[in-house]
Amino acid sequence: MKLKELPDEELFTRGHTACAGCGAAVAVRNLMKVLGKRTMVVNPACCLLIFGATYPYLAWKVPFHHVAFENTAACATGMSRAMKVRGKEDTVVMGIAGDGGTADIGIQALSGAAERNEDMLYVMYDNEAYMNTGIQRSGSTPFGAWTTTTPVGKVKAGKADFKKDMPLIMMAHNVPYVATASIGNIQDFINKFEKARNMKGFRYIQVFTPCPTGWRHDTAKTIEVAKLAVDTGMWTLYECENGKVKINRKPKMTPVSEYLKVQGRFRHMKEEDVRKLQDWVTSKWEADERYAQCRQ
Amino acid sequence: MVSKICTGNYAAAYGSMRSRARTVAAYPITPQTFIVEHISEFINNGEMDCEYIEVESEHTAMSACVSASASGVRTFTATSSQGLALMHEILPIASGMRLPVVMAVVNRSIASPINIWVEHNDIMPERDSGWIQVFCDNNQEVQDMILQAYRIAEGKRVALPVAVCLDAFILSHTVEPVDLIEQDAADKYVPEFSPTGAILDPDDVAAVGVFTPPDYMMECRWQTDKAMRNAVEAIGEANEVFAKQFGRDHGGMIDPYMVDDAEAVLVTMGTASSTAHEVVDEMRAKGKKVGLVKLRFWRPYPSELLRAIAEKVKAVGVFDRAVSYGIGGPSYIEFRNAVFGLDLPVMNFIGGLGGRDVSLQDVRFMYEKLLEAARTGVVKRDITWMGTRGVEQ
Repeated sequence: MKLKELPDEELFTRGHTACAGCGAAVAVRNLMKVLGKRTMVVNPACCLLIFGATYPYLAWKVPFHHVAFENTAACATGMSRAMKVRGKEDTVVMGIAGDGGTADIGIQALSGAAERNEDMLYVMYDNEAYMNTGIQRSGSTPFGAWTTTTPVGKVKAGKADFKKDMPLIMMAHNVPYVATASIGNIQDFINKFEKARNMKGFRYIQVFTPCPTGWRHDTAKTIEVAKLAVDTGMWTLYECENGKVKINRKPKMTPVSEYLKVQGRFRHMKEEDVRKLQDWVTSKWEADERYAQCRQ
Repeated sequence: MVSKICTGNYAAAYGSMRSRARTVAAYPITPQTFIVEHISEFINNGEMDCEYIEVESEHTAMSACVSASASGVRTFTATSSQGLALMHEILPIASGMRLPVVMAVVNRSIASPINIWVEHNDIMPERDSGWIQVFCDNNQEVQDMILQAYRIAEGKRVALPVAVCLDAFILSHTVEPVDLIEQDAADKYVPEFSPTGAILDPDDVAAVGVFTPPDYMMECRWQTDKAMRNAVEAIGEANEVFAKQFGRDHGGMIDPYMVDDAEAVLVTMGTASSTAHEVVDEMRAKGKKVGLVKLRFWRPYPSELLRAIAEKVKAVGVFDRAVSYGIGGPSYIEFRNAVFGLDLPVMNFIGGLGGRDVSLQDVRFMYEKLLEAARTGVVKRDITWMGTRGVEQ
């Protein structure tokens, strides 16, 4: 499916209450166009629940289900098995959660569902912090970033640890499909969701979705920030299909400082910390590349 | 009818098979484990047509049951103790969504200290979770109540989840003869599942579990409260229809024994009831006017039925296999609320915690204390810790 072939029909409609420039809203609107009407959605407590499904309003044109926070993959499991019982296996059951709901509190249920190869598509929209509760640090927050729980103080400033590598963890589960995507690379994004839609078993896609509110960048620059993440190597685009890994786009290795300077959350970073992050990016890319070569 | 010597765990698993549960998500925990093993065997032998989800935790077990039920499928699960505690977060979601999930709870002590034997302290924190809760006294009742649970839970009038409770080891691991219900008879009693509210269906779009602002919450809570009150009628009907079809009347909300002319009555839950039953017979033979109320349903609580009995007797004792630290047994607290304003001596006996035996002698002691209070109208000690070292008896 080409970008221009995306259907006009909105399955995640206008009228939702996301912030201006919300990357998650862009991701959801577009992935729903790819997945189509025969999709059922499980969504935990997160921004997406609030801006898309606050009674009596609903932005979703497909079945929508919320249960709790840490159990997206567990609920998607129940839904998926129920569709099997009812002979409606042509349905795509999608669990979609943020990075906190996936990489932190939701990882147990996620790992269990992946190990059992449950028939579902699990999407992590990665905005690199707990945005719904007001920008707290998550396991997916990058090194150095300001959040409200890693505030810039006199003794400490920003996150001291590096971003958790969730896609790698998911690949270790040997599931049919794992991919990283970005709203800044929309054709690649479409390709991956289209591929996932047409597969059975456990599929995982992690989408990079900037959050202007939490990242402190211009609301008009969401896509630009997403593109810069890929260009610098802060976010790499690859996929693992039935055990074979393919890098979809090699980073230009633009200096990471170019990415940092457009966001307020990194404004306080000292030169030595920027260097430390640059080293991490470089070695992560090298590792990703070697990993892809090993699993071609 | 096939009669078989089986454990309470087998009876529970068998009941879920005969009720045609189509999705089971469960996790092993002592002493519930055999339930999930039996269900797995039924499925792998082709006797049970069911999706079994070998989840990685009880939290996921309950979550998967909630979503499968919300997607229009009859569900079953089972747990104990710490597992139930791990499910805690999802229990009020099941009732809030008005989902008729049925769960067997093998009541086991809650840590700490860690202990695997019978106690009711695991389910007591779930009192306000919106789950209908019934306590069984024997393995026959376990099987029968699983079937009745679906009949009570499903349908617009109630639409609430049900926990069928059985005492750890005393029922779960002890064999007793059970009349196993055959499929044709079960099908006649438990009709095919037909969801009552909106369900998750790709052919009929609905949302289940959306974010709800203050403008609508009071009404949601009220509807769930009303459903729990409606359950009283549904429980009575389920029992009546069952008794007519199978010839076994378990009593509905409560099962009173020899209370009509009794001076002293003991209120019990679970297997302590059979022990007390024996003692009532023994003491009656000696001309002592004692009676027993087997408290079957803990939620909804049978306040009016108990008050009607209390009005006719001179003293009531409540036996608790649980404690609410600093105030007394939960069943005692509830009972005092039911008899509020009555001039009646009420005593609490806390015992059998962590699998400590509740003997005939213990129950005789309780009745003697009650008869004394009935005679004098005075309660010397309102809460007694039975046979506890360091505590005056």
